[in-house]
Formats: sequence, C-alpha cells, structure tokens
Amino acid sequence: MTNPNGRFGEYGGQYMPETLMSAVIELEEAYNRYKDDPEFNRELNELLTEYANRPSRLYYAKKMTEDLGGAKIYLKREDLNHTGAHKINNVLGQALLAKKMGKTRLIAETGAGQHGVATATAAALLGMECLVYMGVEDMERQKLNVYRMRLLGAEVRGVETGTGTLKDAVSQCMREWTTRIADTHYCLGSVMGPHPFPTIVRDFQAVIGREIRQQILEKEGRLPDMLIACVGGGSNAIGTFYDFIKDKNVELVGAEAAGKGIDTPLTAATMNTGSVGIFHGMKSYFCQDKYGQIAPVYSISAGLDYPGIGPEHAWLSDIGRAKYVAVTDEEAVQAFEYLSRTEGIIPAIESAHALAYAIKIAPTMDKDKIIVVTVSGRGDKDVAAIARYRGEDLHE
Amino acid sequence: MSELAKAFDHGKAFIAFVTCGDPDLETTGKVVRAMAENGADLIELGIPFSDPTAEGPVIMGADKRALDGGVTTDDIFEFTKELRKDVKIPMLYMTYANVVFHYGAEEFCRKASEAGVSGLILPDVPFEEKADFDSMCQKYGIDLVSMVAPTSESRIATIVSEARGFVYVVSSLGVTGTRTSITTDLKPMIDLIRRNTDIPCAIGFGISTPEQCRDMAALADGAIVGSAIVKIIAEHGRDSAGPVGEYVRSMTQGLKNP
Repeated sequence: MTNPNGRFGEYGGQYMPETLMSAVIELEEAYNRYKDDPEFNRELNELLTEYANRPSRLYYAKKMTEDLGGAKIYLKREDLNHTGAHKINNVLGQALLAKKMGKTRLIAETGAGQHGVATATAAALLGMECLVYMGVEDMERQKLNVYRMRLLGAEVRGVETGTGTLKDAVSQCMREWTTRIADTHYCLGSVMGPHPFPTIVRDFQAVIGREIRQQILEKEGRLPDMLIACVGGGSNAIGTFYDFIKDKNVELVGAEAAGKGIDTPLTAATMNTGSVGIFHGMKSYFCQDKYGQIAPVYSISAGLDYPGIGPEHAWLSDIGRAKYVAVTDEEAVQAFEYLSRTEGIIPAIESAHALAYAIKIAPTMDKDKIIVVTVSGRGDKDVAAIARYRGEDLHE
Repeated sequence: MSELAKAFDHGKAFIAFVTCGDPDLETTGKVVRAMAENGADLIELGIPFSDPTAEGPVIMGADKRALDGGVTTDDIFEFTKELRKDVKIPMLYMTYANVVFHYGAEEFCRKASEAGVSGLILPDVPFEEKADFDSMCQKYGIDLVSMVAPTSESRIATIVSEARGFVYVVSSLGVTGTRTSITTDLKPMIDLIRRNTDIPCAIGFGISTPEQCRDMAALADGAIVGSAIVKIIAEHGRDSAGPVGEYVRSMTQGLKNP
C-alpha cells in the first residue's frame, strides 16, 4: 500500500531535519534488504513464537456476547503477549533489524510505558543499550512501567517540555537521535513519524490481522463483519486492519480517545476534531489551532494521548475504508470495569476504548454477525489510575 | 540577484536570529534594530512553533515564552511590515513546516513577501519534501534556504544544485544550542558545496563566541548565531536590546576586522 516515496495518498512523507535524512534513508535501505530475507524472518519468527508467545489467542467472549445480546464478540488477546501488549511485535522486528544494521543502542519514546517496556525488554535480550524518553506527566501516571523499564536495564529520562506527554517524548527522541546517529536506532513505537517508520511498524504489526484471519476461519469458517481496535498513533489498529483492507465486507473501526468529550478542549480524538498538518515527520491529521500550533491534547489513557494519527489511517479514513469513532474517558473506564467483571480479563485502558465501542455497537447488530476486538494490552498498569478516577486514594 | 545574497556583499556576513514575540513584539523590534545597528547583515526572524523538534532548550524556551505571550503568525506579518520601514538589511523567516502549511503555503508566502521578507528556513522540510513549499516561495520571490548537515555527504551535490539565497551549513550533529567547540571537519563539506554552487554559504549551530564566529566565517561566507542571542533575551527580557546590541557588535567586529 505504501507508495515508493512513503505516501499513503497525500499523507506520510519524510518531514525531517536534514541531519536525520541519512538515518531514515539508511533504515529504509536496510529494511528493504531484510524484510524478505529468509534468515531475518526465521530469526524474527523464532523470537515471536518462543519469546513473545505468538500466536496470540482469538478468544470467543461468550459471556459478553450473551450479555450484550447482539453480534458475536471475539477478543484478539494481544494482552497475552510477553510484556503484556502488542508493542513487542514491532519492537522485536525493529531491534533485530537495528542489530543487523550494526546498531548497538536503542532509543524510544513511550506514553503508557508499554512501548518503553517492550523496547527495554528487546534491548536486554539482544544485548543493546536502551534509553527511553517519557513525559513527566506519564511517568506519574505509569510509575510501575517506569520501574519496570529500569529493572530491565534501560535508562528512563523524563521530558518536562510541552504537556509532558507522548508527543513531547517523540520530539525529544528526534532531538536525541540527531545528536547520535552512528550507533543508535530510533525504535519508534507506532505507525507514525517519517517514512519508512509507518510502513515498517505496520508490517511488523500486521501479524495481528493475519492471525485473526486464520483463527476466525478455523473457528467460524468465514471472515468477521467488523474489526475494532483503539487508535492513538494507530499501530495495533493498522496491525489488526491491514490484512483485511482488501476485504470490503469487513468493516474497520478505530476507537480514538475523546477524553472529556470531542466538544471540549480536553480530547485527543484526532480524526474527529483535527485537521491536516505536518508534524513529527509526516503529513497527517493533527489536533491544532488555526495557526498550526499543535494542541495540548488530553485522555485518561497515556497511550492514546497523542495529537496526531498515523498517515495510513488518515488515508483509510479519507477513502472511506475505515471509520474512526470517539470514546470518552468515562465510557472507556466503564468498559474496563465491564470486561474485568464479565470475562475476567482486565484490559489496558487504551484497549478499553475499543471495547467500549464494541459494547455500544454489538447490541445493534444481528446475532449472526461477528465482531473481533483487539485487546491491545493488559490493564495491570492502569489499576491504580482507574481507582483514582473512581475516587479511591490508591497509589502504587 | 537574490535579496538574501546581498547580505554577503560586504565581506563575511553575520546572520542574527531572534524569536518573534519573546517576550513580546515590542522587545523583538528593539532587538532587531539593535542587531542591525551593530553590524548584522541579515536578520533571521523566528516564528514560534509549539513543538520545535530541531531546537535545543534555549530556542524551545523562546518559542514557549512567545506563544505564552499570545503572538500569532498574523501579528508577526504586521510587525515585520512596521520593522521594514526603518530596517533596511535583508530578513528571512525561520519556522516549521506546519506553521506555513496550515496557514496555506501560498497565503503565507504572499504575506511574507508583502512584509518585505526575502527568505524562509524550514528545518523540517528536507530536499525530498520541498517542492510544494518551494513553488510558492518562488512565485512570491522568496528564497527557500537549503540546509546541509555533517551527515549529508552524498546528498550535498543534489541539495545545493537547487539551493537559493545561501546554503545553511549545519556545523555539527544535534539540535540548536551553543557548543564549547565545533569538532566537525567542515572544510571538505564547504569545498564540496563550492564545487556545486556559486551561491554563498553560512555556518550555523553552536556558534557563540567571537573566535568561533571568526573561525567559521573564515571557512565559509558567513556565520549564523541564534541560541547565544536568545539566551541574552531570556536573561534580560524587555531590556534586551542593549545587551544584544553589545553582543552583536563584539561578534561583528571580529568578523569585519579580523
């Protein structure tokens, strides 16, 4: 789907400082060399199965289905991966690629901490140095993951600029990368940033959708009617959607974070409230003011608290192939609690945004319809924050 | 001949940067006049951006102060027009792609041109992405300045073959900010640039002392100083014009009378 110049329709591109152009070109060349290399893919597949616990399960949520009384609901259990989220799929791919490129050091941004933990994990496994930038606001919200990264041997640096959240961590990674390129790979965590990142990350996450296809065909003998995934930058969503883009009867739905609501300034719903812009290396949709200043977005979910969206999502939305719905903090928290009680699965608050839409839409669909919801991560990291949201003075 | 290139007509050029609206436009006006009076050959006016990914902490701080003060792109166009009435040396804008894109590249270039600005630097627009911006710049007589970095190597010939105004040579890896020493071997880079274009080149990133300024200008046709000036403004606020003027004089004296 990627054009040769890294465009998805008009979106994407390589809006980077000249200092980093050689680095992204080097990465593109290395990726093109290794992506179809049998030895590279053998090593990656071994890591994904033996280390990361793939394939992840496609679980029929029977109680949830019966309770909602509509479409049949399956959960793609990315929360069962090693490190507890889909992030590991991309990180193992990029870390292995970086190693082949002769890099000895990984840098990464993190929001909720899941991508940082995954990167720190891969660095430990492959014997690489690791530096993670995280907004100070997010470090406060996700203290456990900060400790986890340090336990894994990574250095975690707080970013105080801007809103002290994911966007600021991405900016700081780009700045860090310009100071040290020769031995360093920027292990970007989502389908965003300059080409070739949106393509590389998508390809490494596409395993989610490929497995869904195989698993649902085994269980149901047909493709699902709808796929739902949460969207911040959009990596678990594109991973879920990619293998189904050509299957026009499969509806693709991304759930973005409305925060306090899309009619308030406290939102991170880029497709619902943003406009086209150029930022963080790509042309895509962004939350911004009339002068193109990036908006200080908000969501209860540190992983969705980002003012942009990957360029391929912008394109899928424009051509009408995928739709992007907004889910509020309150709806997500209710879904978080609902899945815990109903199925005994505590989802990440990010994934709870996708589940909230499933809870809303399933009862309106016939019982012979099938929905697959990607549970992108597990919710252990969120328990204390949700308790606080519900008014309990619980701290980790 | 391009307006920007005229800055290089009087020997080695001193290019001085300031963020518009830090802490307010009245101060920026005084600072620009002080820089012009003390020998600056070209003024680089920064239009602040919320998330300047190529800047170090000093210029990031300036962008934040300016935006917190409420300055907008439209305010800066008006301000520049006023400034133009008595400041005669060439000026250019430095900002980020989204500020121009979201305003509308054509509208931005038209207003910049009306305001008397002759150049534009967009650090997040590399050679591969410049076409859309460059066509509008050319339509309104603005030079979109090309940047060359220590990592550019085999890209240099291609980049400078289409460069206009002057070539901005990034002295070292990393973001903007003062450096105690510049260790990049710039001579081969400059030689390669000169073999591929006749337009002048100026070195920026990390220059703060008169010695560095003289050394860099000796290699190239001029030196660009940003963070060192912004640091003075961060310290002196609304009373910055005097200290910035003195600083610029110390830098230009070394340059013009080596």
